[in-house]
Amino acid sequence: MKVDLRINGVSRTADIEPRKTLLDVLRENFLLNGTHAGCEHGVCGACTVLIDGEPVRSCLMFAVQADGYEITTIEGLAPAPGELSVIQDAFCETHGLQCGYCTPGMILSAHALLQRNVTPTREDIVEAISGNICRCTGYGQIIEAVQFAARLRLANTPRQAAQTDKSVAEAK
Amino acid sequence: MKPAPFDYVRPDSLAEACELLAGDDDARVIAGGQTLVPMLAMRLARPARLIDILRLPELAGIREEKGSVVVGATTRQAQAERDPIIRASVPMLARVLPWVGHPPTRNRGTVGGSIANGDPSAEIPLVAVTLSAEIMLAARTGPTSMPAEEFFIGPMVTSIDQGQCVRAIRFPVWPHRRIGVGFFEVSSRRSDFAFVAAAAQVALDEEGRCLDIALGLGGVADRPLRLDMSSLAGTVVDAASAADAINAACADLDAMSDLHASATYRRRVAGVLCLRALEQARDNAAAKPAKGAR
Repeated sequence: MKVDLRINGVSRTADIEPRKTLLDVLRENFLLNGTHAGCEHGVCGACTVLIDGEPVRSCLMFAVQADGYEITTIEGLAPAPGELSVIQDAFCETHGLQCGYCTPGMILSAHALLQRNVTPTREDIVEAISGNICRCTGYGQIIEAVQFAARLRLANTPRQAAQTDKSVAEAK
Repeated sequence: MKPAPFDYVRPDSLAEACELLAGDDDARVIAGGQTLVPMLAMRLARPARLIDILRLPELAGIREEKGSVVVGATTRQAQAERDPIIRASVPMLARVLPWVGHPPTRNRGTVGGSIANGDPSAEIPLVAVTLSAEIMLAARTGPTSMPAEEFFIGPMVTSIDQGQCVRAIRFPVWPHRRIGVGFFEVSSRRSDFAFVAAAAQVALDEEGRCLDIALGLGGVADRPLRLDMSSLAGTVVDAASAADAINAACADLDAMSDLHASATYRRRVAGVLCLRALEQARDNAAAKPAKGAR
């Protein structure tokens, strides 16, 4: 079956069997091996990708169902080849990865969270990654990494409020 | 962990989907696929053909209709969780949705899919039975519907016939001003299958007397149950009277026993969670102003 997919902003076409999951097609047809195959039945979250910006398990979706959506994999997060996104950088800084198997899924779940909530509480972060299992049990540093990434993103955002404060100060 | 081969069809209309379903005994409906795909991957299910109804316009959307809220079968659980109509008019559904799976499964999983799957510990079927919702079905012969209590028969077994698919769920909206909901569940990890889940909705009059009351229990029996609390109607519900009514309703409860929890444990926890849910619902209703806007 012929399917048109939009992956990391690029349109791609594949001729695939209906029984192939989005996970298998990303890895085997498009060599996007950053999406990890864990349990392959929807338990572990290692295969998480973003569909229209929301985290979804790519092993629980057939590729033939994925046309018309904007699919983002871990390869699509960094601003340029060889660079890291803020969240990826934060995971390195806080030792948020041990074996690294769950990391792409964790980072994509965290990315979706920070896109809609710039100041998440610890509970928000725990809820957001509740569908991702870290078999090394390194949750402590993963939560720290997301908290650190949230702070970094906030610090790097040009703030309108700051400008308003300044203009108020100037007016005085 | 690879599904066996199957044909995949995505019909353009509900009528076409029903036609395809009626003509093929080996066909199954797929929508969000959050339960069906694992079953296929483990080859516990091997349909010859999957009929994808997820994008059918007839099955989408949430709308208010005289005294009820109709939730289209393919409404994503995540979408329902954020929906202002559901929050305002079916607060029990809004309350339980964060307990349904995890955020990534709620982004794909549908409200109708959870109903059609009929898991005895699932929260959405529990709400449907507790509130006496109506399950609306589609078939080649035309639309039909049935009460949720008749729809669920046993573990993953429903009254749905081959050739039918869930069209929508009609949740009744209580007309009262002061309504509160309560919900508790016990599971081994956050968002895992509930061993016991209890959901309650209470409406109070200006003096705090109970106008209407609904209490449901999931995960205990082979399907969600609505418990008879009619003895509390018209009274001021306190811990003692609630406990008596719950004990009477749970007296001949046929509890399941499995690897995770024995029937004795389930029965015992059921009584405790029912009381907590009922008291939480009553307190939430009492916190609403007796006069003025709802």
